[in-house]
Amino acid sequence: MNVELRHIHKHFGKVHANNDITLKIPSGSIQGILGENGAGKSTLMKILSGFIQADSGEIELDGKIVTITTPADAIRYGIGMLHQDPLDFPPLKVIDNFILGQPGGLFPRRRQAVKEFMDLCGHYGFKLNPEAYLETLTVGERQQLEIIRLLWLGAKVLILDEPTTGISALQKEKLFETLKVLAKENKTIIFVSHKLEDVEGLCDRVAVFQRGKLVGEVKPPYKTEELVQLMFGKAVSPGCREYTGLNDIAVKLENLSLEDARLQIKHVNLEIRRGEVIGLAGMEGSGQRLFLRALAGLQRPNTGRIVVDGVDMSGKNYHAFMKHGITYVPAARLEEGLIPGLSLMEHVVLSEEKPGFFIDTGSATAETNRKIDEYYIRGTAASRVEALSGGNQQRALLALLRSPLNLVLLEHPTRGLDIESAIWIWSKLKDRCRQCTSIVFISSDLEEILQYSDYILVFFGGKVSKPLEAATTSVARLGELIGGKGWEEHS
Amino acid sequence: MNETILIGLAGVIAAATPVVFASIGETITERAGVINLSANGTILLTAMAGFAVAVNTGSLLLGFLTGALIGALVAAIVAFSSITLKQSQVAVGFVLALMCRDLAYFLGDPYNSVSGPFLTPTPIPLLKDIPVLGTLLFKQDILVYLSYLLIIGAALYMFKTRPGLILRGIGERPAAAFVRGANVNRLRYLYTILGGAMVGLAGPMYSLSYKAGWKGTISGLDGIGWIALAITIFGGWSPIKAAFGSYFFVFLQWLGLVLQSSLTNIPSQVLQVAPFPLMILALLLVNIGNAEWVERALAAMPDRLRHLISGLLRSLRSSPPASLGVPFENE
Amino acid sequence: MNKNSKSFELLFRGLAILLAVLFASLVLLLAKANPLEAFRYLIVGAFGTTGKILDVLVSWVPLALATAGLLFTFTAGLWNIGVEGQITLGAVFTTAALRLLMNSGLPPGLIIFLAILAGALGGALWASLVGVLKIYGGVNEIFGGLGLNFVSVAITIWLIFGPWKRPGTGSMSGTEPFPRELHLPVLGNSNLSVWSLVLAVLGIVLVYILLRNTYFGLRLRAVGKNSRAAFLLGVPTNRYAMLAFFLCGIFAGLAGAVQVTAVYYRLIPSISSGYGFLGLLVAMLVNFNAIWAALVAFFFAALNIGSIQLPLMMRLDSTLSGVIQGSLVLFVLLMDGVRRRITGKR
Repeated sequence: MNVELRHIHKHFGKVHANNDITLKIPSGSIQGILGENGAGKSTLMKILSGFIQADSGEIELDGKIVTITTPADAIRYGIGMLHQDPLDFPPLKVIDNFILGQPGGLFPRRRQAVKEFMDLCGHYGFKLNPEAYLETLTVGERQQLEIIRLLWLGAKVLILDEPTTGISALQKEKLFETLKVLAKENKTIIFVSHKLEDVEGLCDRVAVFQRGKLVGEVKPPYKTEELVQLMFGKAVSPGCREYTGLNDIAVKLENLSLEDARLQIKHVNLEIRRGEVIGLAGMEGSGQRLFLRALAGLQRPNTGRIVVDGVDMSGKNYHAFMKHGITYVPAARLEEGLIPGLSLMEHVVLSEEKPGFFIDTGSATAETNRKIDEYYIRGTAASRVEALSGGNQQRALLALLRSPLNLVLLEHPTRGLDIESAIWIWSKLKDRCRQCTSIVFISSDLEEILQYSDYILVFFGGKVSKPLEAATTSVARLGELIGGKGWEEHS
Repeated sequence: MNETILIGLAGVIAAATPVVFASIGETITERAGVINLSANGTILLTAMAGFAVAVNTGSLLLGFLTGALIGALVAAIVAFSSITLKQSQVAVGFVLALMCRDLAYFLGDPYNSVSGPFLTPTPIPLLKDIPVLGTLLFKQDILVYLSYLLIIGAALYMFKTRPGLILRGIGERPAAAFVRGANVNRLRYLYTILGGAMVGLAGPMYSLSYKAGWKGTISGLDGIGWIALAITIFGGWSPIKAAFGSYFFVFLQWLGLVLQSSLTNIPSQVLQVAPFPLMILALLLVNIGNAEWVERALAAMPDRLRHLISGLLRSLRSSPPASLGVPFENE
Repeated sequence: MNKNSKSFELLFRGLAILLAVLFASLVLLLAKANPLEAFRYLIVGAFGTTGKILDVLVSWVPLALATAGLLFTFTAGLWNIGVEGQITLGAVFTTAALRLLMNSGLPPGLIIFLAILAGALGGALWASLVGVLKIYGGVNEIFGGLGLNFVSVAITIWLIFGPWKRPGTGSMSGTEPFPRELHLPVLGNSNLSVWSLVLAVLGIVLVYILLRNTYFGLRLRAVGKNSRAAFLLGVPTNRYAMLAFFLCGIFAGLAGAVQVTAVYYRLIPSISSGYGFLGLLVAMLVNFNAIWAALVAFFFAALNIGSIQLPLMMRLDSTLSGVIQGSLVLFVLLMDGVRRRITGKR
């Protein structure tokens, strides 16, 4: 189906998220949509898929102007979208997920549905068990389910929003292969990403977004510098690598074994030196979060020891770890990191251990203002944290870190931030390293892992690699390990 | 089997019928992602109003309809305030639980101890002659038969039909149901009101059948609604388990009364509450696996013991619809 | 008018009160009564004479104590519906202490003091049970609390008909009344005990201070608003949640102690008189502010006392007060939602 968007505008409060977007996508092609977080890509796709509505503008499908007000409308017109975080039902079976949303009579024809499901799986080479519960599937498999579900419902246009986040290298290969087959079958594919490599390897055409505007359309052969220039407006150079580690050991793991309901990690030995940065790579749910939580005492190991500053901390809880200078910074800022409803000043007071009964508001405000200046937080001491932007919330979280610290554990420290904020956050974290604090962090962004880590641990299904030296590891090698290849030499 | 015991057990089934309706109604509401905490007040109010209407019109049917209507109305208030106005479901439900109770006592004053119509048993021909089961299940009133259909129907609807699949979807992940074409908030309204109507039917089932009449504060109905809410959790949001929970609860109360004859110095009110500590214990068993200290204690155990105990806890655990009590907004 | 202004908020509060009055009038019309007459009796019944006003204060004391306690659990984000049982157990413990010590030869003042302390302890223990079930057993406090409420009533009835029954046979009228010297002294020939009034006022002031500008209050609020984040920021969340239950139990237990030592002078089956649930309604209205809690509690107590007139004068049930109180909270919640919807603020 030919898709044409004309003069689309969308505002969120003061933000002009889509500013006069006009875009033509011919049938049977793969259209790339490239841009940084917050550039307006997702907004446009949500408009096209009926999740939200444009303030003004027109959508034309095969020459007919249409009005799409709900996702149900969109799918009736043949537009289906795969959301970045698959919108499905983990506690239900695969086949129930497949059927849910299909129009029809009171009792779904299950046997018929299973047959058609298996046929589609066979056609595209997916191996999915219709009777399995969805929560046992990987993100990549859930994506495959969504793709065939949308095709089954008659989708002629498939929108994929950042589909390569959280899936393995193998699954990515499979996905790209499938998308190319679909394009040959005359479907229209819209591929949204902020990863240059993905877009370059797949798309017939790329539209680049920047700050709500469509700033350029490019055709192959792609020149990476040109795309970067369009995305950021100027070339960005991240700070250069600097090793801040010392020989002194801050935290030592001896023969550590862990498990949760889904996976086991066995017999990990690791020494974390002062001032060192260790990145944890892997598909989401491969064990890196379990491992990080154990380092903070949030998850009790089954066996083995965690030694902090020479003290055996095994079996102690998080607050005991905090007393030994270990802090955990979660990814979900407003859910786990900050307290909506409380002001910045109240957060500062909470994060400090001061004796006394009454709060000294004067000095607390002064302290908060000092931190606001130091961390460039756009807000006042009385601002409530939920009123701050994502970047400011992340800076506030850093401002709340106590000092001195032995070890900071971060989940996705720059997720959802623009590149400049990310660079700033890391420069602040590196300052900490120079003050002898070690850092262990999780990220699904391989560039970030390679750029900022001294050593990298790769996780795959609960297996943990030996520490890899970041300076001598390539993206390709890392990608393989994350996807489960080349582990023989590690076992 | 001893005939007296059999008749007693048949009485348990009859007495549990209102609880079955209320707990299945609440199960449906909560499956859609809404907590309606008002059940206790609703049941009292509909018991009174249903009775009053039946007394004034002489029509049992109108009495029951009134109950369903008022239950639906109270639920609509909960739906409006939580779905449209985004206020706390717990707060609104709790206020309604108290207010409807007082409203029942206030408006029911003139009907206190008035005699009125009530439903009599309608034995089903043939079925009633089956040994044991006939007496137990088929010499009941029509509402009891209706409850059998409700249990099976609700379970079938929820787990086998297309709209039932969507019902589970909107309580689990409303955004995902929305992209599949479900009008989440409209459906939540619908199921809250439908569930409320079922809870509302429970009231007249007492005042027009099982505990015929209205006796104000000593009607003995205060507390039933809270029990129904607990049974909903205990039943893991499944209509069949909720029904069994209801029978079990009433069975315990009956057992208390039966045993009382041999333990004469304990007042009946004391034995009547025996199910409550049991309810707490049941909730404890279902939930304790989620407690942090249990996880920590488990982690320190040797492998085999750990797997044994965590397997046991997991089989007991029931997890609520993931978006229970969470309002849905698209963007 | 500025949509975000304080007066806009007040306008909606006023609207809510108006709607509650209209609703109550409607209910009265349904009961074939003249609303204006009923309201007049309510006011006269509460404030008509000095004695009536003192009666309102008698009712205010346990309500204010229960509400003050509930502000702790509300601040910590907990629905302590078990407060009714906590009041009841406070009364049971007070009665037990009085019975134990009444023939000990200790000075009566000391006995009463110890009995009130025992009441606080009883409430706190019962509340801690809810807390333990919630925090260490994962049992939602609403259901744990409700179950324990029913159990506490059973305990009371068992005591009244069993071990503590009156000479002869036990009856629903309660245990044998305590002798005069074990009553808290009352003001003149009224029913109001100055000591219990002082206790309630002190309680309110204490809660006001604790929740206002202290580390304790801030941490409790942090636990209430986002327990996970508070934990990661270093707040011992389980301990604070337990503390909230414990403190609430102390206040509820004191309310129960007052019911025994200053109101009924014995244990009766429904000794909590519904003050716990009523306290929850008050706490919902006042947005964690103890001073407002005291004022609203006074208004609710006045409704309680005023409605006693209704059965005598108009042959109406006194539960009208509950209808008014409930509808007031309901409409305030609804109007608050409407206002937020209009201003677009979450």
